[in-house]
Amino acid sequence: MSSIGSGYDLSASQFSPDGRVFQVEYANKAVEASGTVVALRCKDGIAFAVEKIITSRLYESGSNKRIHNVDKHIGMAVAGLLADARQLLTVARDEAKQYKHDYGVSIPVKYLADRLAMYMHAYTLYGFVRPFGCFILLAAYESDGPQLYGVEPSGVTYAYHGIAVGKAQQTAKTEIEKLKLSELKLEDGINEAAKIIYQVHDEVKDRMFELELSWVGQVNDGKHERVPAQIFAKAESFAKASLEEADDDDDEM
Amino acid sequence: MDVLNPMTYDAEEDQLRDRTKYSQMDKHLIPVEFQQQPVSTGTTIVAVEYDGGVIIGADTRTSSGTFVMNRFTDKLTQLTDRIFCLRSGSAADTQAIAQVVTYQLDFLSAEMNEPPLVRIAANCVRRMIYQYRDDFLAGMIVAGWDKKLGGQVYSCPLGGLLVRQPVTLGGSGSTYIWGYLDNNYRPNMTQQECYDFVLKGITLAITRDGSSGGCARIAIINKDGVERIDVLGNDLPKVFDL
Repeated sequence: MSSIGSGYDLSASQFSPDGRVFQVEYANKAVEASGTVVALRCKDGIAFAVEKIITSRLYESGSNKRIHNVDKHIGMAVAGLLADARQLLTVARDEAKQYKHDYGVSIPVKYLADRLAMYMHAYTLYGFVRPFGCFILLAAYESDGPQLYGVEPSGVTYAYHGIAVGKAQQTAKTEIEKLKLSELKLEDGINEAAKIIYQVHDEVKDRMFELELSWVGQVNDGKHERVPAQIFAKAESFAKASLEEADDDDDEM
Repeated sequence: MDVLNPMTYDAEEDQLRDRTKYSQMDKHLIPVEFQQQPVSTGTTIVAVEYDGGVIIGADTRTSSGTFVMNRFTDKLTQLTDRIFCLRSGSAADTQAIAQVVTYQLDFLSAEMNEPPLVRIAANCVRRMIYQYRDDFLAGMIVAGWDKKLGGQVYSCPLGGLLVRQPVTLGGSGSTYIWGYLDNNYRPNMTQQECYDFVLKGITLAITRDGSSGGCARIAIINKDGVERIDVLGNDLPKVFDL
């Protein structure tokens, strides 16, 4: 599956003979190697669930979070190189701050996604910098409903109903497609997202992981935040229970 | 002028220079002739929100001292498709602000791919007035319709304040009709009632304020568009003349 760039992959300022920019494709590989992120746009809000893989028991739990806030109303979840994502978070916060300063109202998430995409794209044009190795998901609940945007390392941005990014993105996408997102309520969406993360988590390759859950929607008036403790506990037990069910089904067979 | 540091710039003193000159005969400062007076839109401006849009109105007099420079001015300046601003104060200052803000909103609406919110337009106006508060003499009202909040009226007076109000007045003529507003404005008036309220207000102000006069220009802004009505002098509602 991995193609050899054979000389045309040394810098982002070069095209290959068949019109590809290999550096950008390699950046996508960095995204695919990170823990899975699942985002669901439900009827009345958006749920983020992140599989934060822990490589050592010595790390303090809760360090290196992968879900952040950009202004009160926009949530950002990242997949890929965390250090790159940190810089993009700073850029996004600056954009939001500048917009509020210039125009007096909070930045619309579509506009923020476009600005972030322009910024990420700029790093795919030159030979002396490398593209960002992360996929950014932005979520907000605005006056015309919930909005979910994803920005790729190439600088392309799409609006999504549901998306999974990272190690298990293919499997997770299949699970997401089984859901009826337009009818799903946010409380159920949180449970479903947690369940998908537990289902696609690879016990063999990555032993320990921490689940991160956040939501933004009608339930919290459009202010993005991590889910409250009881909701988190409920979602986790729902996810674990459905895993056991699946195990039982396997046993019967 | 600060005697100990005479080279500092003082906006007040600078404006005083515009309006006065030293008379050799009387040996003190006297007002300058009207030809050299700065042009001001003496003005009465009115804006009111109703369910579904806004109705805005202004008089049509631009004066330079006692000389009426333009008796059919258009003080209702369009910023975007559905957002207008009403100008009072220095004609030059308010025109400059309106031009800059029109450009800013045009650029923003191209970036966002949708018409700008009224609140954003009001903020752009307010920021300019605040930034140059020592130099500008501009009291503006920004009013219009957008998809998110419907009809809105924002007041951006002299120092650089921004406040949304259901009804507001501005300009030198407004002082004579605050009582009329207090007595006659009620929330949730119909479009016709708001129109009559605005027209009567402007007429009353024109009758008493020397810097306001001419005709009344009114605009009705809602989701369907902008309707402009010019009520000429002899068609203004009758006020009892002593």
